[in-house]
Amino acid sequence: MNAYLNSIKIALISTIIALLIGYPIAYYIARSSESRRNMLLMLIILPFWTSFLLRVYAWIGFLKSNGLVNNFLLQTGLISQPLVMLQTDFAVYIGIVYNYLPFMILPLYANLVKLDSTLLEAASDLGARPIVTFFTVTLPLSFPGIIAGSMLVLIPAIGEFVIPSLLGGPDTLMIGRVLWDEFFPNRDWPVASALAIVMLVVFVIPIMILRKARGAQIEVH
Amino acid sequence: MPRNGYFLPIVAVLGYAFLYAPIISLIVYSFNESQLVTVWSGFSTKWYGKLLQDSQILQAAWLSLKIAFTSATLALCLGTLAALVLTRFGKFRIKSLLGGMVTAPLVMPEVITGLSLLLLFIAMESLFGWPKGRGITTLILAHTTFCMAFVAVVVQSRLVRMDESLEEAAQDLGATPLRVFTDVTLPVISPALVSGWLLAFTLSLDDLVISSFVSGPGSTTLPMVIFSKIRLGLNPEVNALATIIISIVALAVFVGGWRAFSVDKKRNAVGAQTE
Repeated sequence: MNAYLNSIKIALISTIIALLIGYPIAYYIARSSESRRNMLLMLIILPFWTSFLLRVYAWIGFLKSNGLVNNFLLQTGLISQPLVMLQTDFAVYIGIVYNYLPFMILPLYANLVKLDSTLLEAASDLGARPIVTFFTVTLPLSFPGIIAGSMLVLIPAIGEFVIPSLLGGPDTLMIGRVLWDEFFPNRDWPVASALAIVMLVVFVIPIMILRKARGAQIEVH
Repeated sequence: MPRNGYFLPIVAVLGYAFLYAPIISLIVYSFNESQLVTVWSGFSTKWYGKLLQDSQILQAAWLSLKIAFTSATLALCLGTLAALVLTRFGKFRIKSLLGGMVTAPLVMPEVITGLSLLLLFIAMESLFGWPKGRGITTLILAHTTFCMAFVAVVVQSRLVRMDESLEEAAQDLGATPLRVFTDVTLPVISPALVSGWLLAFTLSLDDLVISSFVSGPGSTTLPMVIFSKIRLGLNPEVNALATIIISIVALAVFVGGWRAFSVDKKRNAVGAQTE
């Protein structure tokens, strides 16, 4: 039970972080000129085509106690002791946000690029400051994109196995990893199957939300 | 258009740096002489030489390529069929259920897909005696299953945007349904077929979790070898391997992107002329 709650907690927090990072990037790409847009999009998709496993591996080199981040901080004198970052929940958050960021950016971009810019002009003509325009016009209109992107990150993140097992510590309980351990080292197939079924039930809600968001998006266009 | 100020460009630059810094560090340290991956001691290509002599990695890579090629091709056929049914057969009773079932593997956590496929294969073996044991056959079947979903989605989105009057015109001119498909539909959706196949190929090549469930002794794929190596810590050979994979992918994406871009340009030029 703990593993389920913990998975959902980690996945939710990672999704929110990914949204906070992904939204401005998607917005920036959508507002760029058309020729730059293709280039910027290609750069978002490129890491997605390279191996998932190797992208997780890259973070081990970054986060470990004599890794690149610690070396840099030690040399600049910002810290005197290496920080423990690998094998913590922190590393799992970074891993999930890093690997699933394109899934957040692409639906958001698809939504934002279709945003009618006359609406923004109308708002600013009527005297709204950019920040007000953003919160009253852009944000509500991009809601389907936010939902689609968040679900695309949230659902696979809950069942993630590779990231917690490589970046997380022994106490980072995530359901995908528990299932793996029951199945492979413990060879307890019935328990593993039961875990999978419960996980499926947990997923019904976000998958329904995702389908609804997609349907809404199609209707809008 | 309201002014963006400095906030957006800065966030975008940081975002791209976040995406690319780990990848660049992987590449840089693959040329490091030291066994300690993160401590720079001098330029060397010796890990590439080591990699080329590592028969375990080479065998696994060859197996992975074979599996990826076969399952991407099978997934392309089946996924295209699924997409055709979902877009061209009008509204039928179980359409939304079928659509949901085709796209479910896209978001389904791999541990669930892997476990259920394994249980299915075992049940099939005890019922019909096929597939015998676990190995290449089960790996291909499993990869085809989850790649099919991706192909179906890619092809479906192209079919939806396609102008159906082209097909109707061909039919009016007396073409049989088969000829309409081979002479009209297929050429129009061919870019989607190519990208669907490539997507399936890379996904199959990259899959660790599902493969681990359905593989048997003697059929270890490349991601499984990499996973068992990096579980023990950093490994400069893996960095070298990563650099090779990343270069191939980057090259393919840039060539593909550039080609798509120049086709777009041509199309726009033609469009401008006819207008």
